[in-house]
Amino acid sequence: MGEEKPVIELLGVEKSFGSQKVLRGIDLQVAAGTTTVIVGASGQGKSVILKHMLGLVRPDRGQVMVLGHDLARVSGRELKRIRTSFGVLFQNSALFDSLTVFENVALPLRERTRATQAEVRDKVMEKLTFMDLQGAEKKYPAQISGGMQKRVGLARALVMNPKVVFFDEPTTGLDVKKSNEIYRLFHKTQAQFHYTAVIVSHDVPKIFKLADQVALLADGVIHGCMTPVEFQLSPKPLIKAFVEETMGPIYSSEGEEATIE
Amino acid sequence: MEPLLRLLEKFGRDTLYHLTQVGRMGIFLSHCLAQAVRPPYKIYPVISQIHFIGARSFFVIVFTGTFTGMVLALQGYYTLRQFGSESLLGSAVALSLVRELGPVVAALMVIGRAGSAICAEIGIMRNSEQIDALECMAIDPYKYLIVPKILAGIIAMPLLTFLFDMVGILGGYLVGVVLLKVSSGIYFQSMYDSVVWQDVHMGVIKSLVFGLLIVWISAAKGYYLHLDRSGGFGAVGVSRQTTSAVVLASVTVLVWDYLITSIMM
Ligand SMILES: Nc1ncnc2c1ncn2[C@@H]1O[C@H](COP(=O)(O)OP(=O)(O)OP(=O)(O)O)[C@@H](O)[C@H]1O
Ligand SMILES: [Mg+2]
Repeated sequence: MGEEKPVIELLGVEKSFGSQKVLRGIDLQVAAGTTTVIVGASGQGKSVILKHMLGLVRPDRGQVMVLGHDLARVSGRELKRIRTSFGVLFQNSALFDSLTVFENVALPLRERTRATQAEVRDKVMEKLTFMDLQGAEKKYPAQISGGMQKRVGLARALVMNPKVVFFDEPTTGLDVKKSNEIYRLFHKTQAQFHYTAVIVSHDVPKIFKLADQVALLADGVIHGCMTPVEFQLSPKPLIKAFVEETMGPIYSSEGEEATIE
Repeated sequence: MEPLLRLLEKFGRDTLYHLTQVGRMGIFLSHCLAQAVRPPYKIYPVISQIHFIGARSFFVIVFTGTFTGMVLALQGYYTLRQFGSESLLGSAVALSLVRELGPVVAALMVIGRAGSAICAEIGIMRNSEQIDALECMAIDPYKYLIVPKILAGIIAMPLLTFLFDMVGILGGYLVGVVLLKVSSGIYFQSMYDSVVWQDVHMGVIKSLVFGLLIVWISAAKGYYLHLDRSGGFGAVGVSRQTTSAVVLASVTVLVWDYLITSIMM
């Protein structure tokens, strides 16, 4: 993989909202087929980083390269073309609340392809079955549980077989059982479709099991972009503090080996 | 000196802000027009939006139309009687409705019923990242969300105005002929004699323009909710934006009513 161009590359990305400087020079590379996890405390700007990658927000300074294109320089049409290889699971699912579950998942097929009704039906039902959502297709997003909404969001994100999938806190607000279910589906789908994944999450240490590389966002910069094991053993004070804060109990008893879960 | 400078600064900032707003509105419309002419053309979303606007406004249009016609006949009758020309009642009612009150009052009703709903719907979609989601799915939000509403507004507004005019004329008939005993033949004859094609033409042009203005302003207000300087967040943001859309759309309709009248008269 080493020589291959990264799918996503952030170079010195800075972003302020009004007088609040959120990102102060982000450098990050995401290689094809890998899973990158961005961790960091709430309000540090993790979602803002994702929005840069998605082309929803433009950097004040720096470059956002996605699939070989500088997002700040591409035309609207080109951006649209790049986005056809994206799948996104938003922090709050962002399902279309006036469409049924079925229509939500069917929307990209209907709007972007010339698939016939029967083809749309087959593809949507296949994805919904994959996500254990049979029987919910006629319901509206407000009528299903948060965990189900996330799974619908995942089905919608994957229905066009994207190359890159972005997850903004896929398990926040779910109980252990439901979040395990999301991780299981993530595993299953990535094994099947081989997409590159960028995940923003608080769910330490579980998320380390999925990650190829972990990046900590704090004070507007990325601290260390390393494998989960390196990350947990890193001597860097900020990373160490984060690991201890989030995984506390495991490390508190002295002399114990550092293990994941 | 200090307070004066501060006042000047505030004035400059406000002016810039409002100019930006106007510019944004213009960009919004140009995106919509560009997407409207770009294939594929989908008919069903437009029909469903016509249904939405029409169904929401139907009864209120019938109701207000009838009463507008009735009060026109009542006022007209007593004014005209002073000059002994009750025979012109039909003409007075019809001309007021077709040229002026039909398009304007129908537009104000549609703003209240459908414009506010459009603004709230789009604003909520903006707030809950549904519009971002559309963009990330490479679906153009203008094409998918706004264009059908604008086309529906342009189609539905003349139809609703026509409905308003018709029930208004019937309302006038009710008061003028049934209640105040103007002859039925004279009521309709004076109408035929005085309403010319040009009056109908003006009414249609007005309603087309109003249809566009209403949906444009309401949708853009919702769409740019997040850029509002008073903070377009949450339910309060949506409600504030909806109110401001209703006010702005109403004022704009009245201004354009004057402009179109002065050009076409
Ligand atoms: N559109 C915006 N306008 C103004 N400020 C914003 C905007 N988006 C984000 N911010 C600010 O940027 C900061 C980072 O926000 P962001 O949503 O990225 O945090 P986060 O790391 O994703 O947190 P969480 O884990 O709670 O989701 C916040 O302080 C927020 O106030
Ligand atoms: Mg976030």
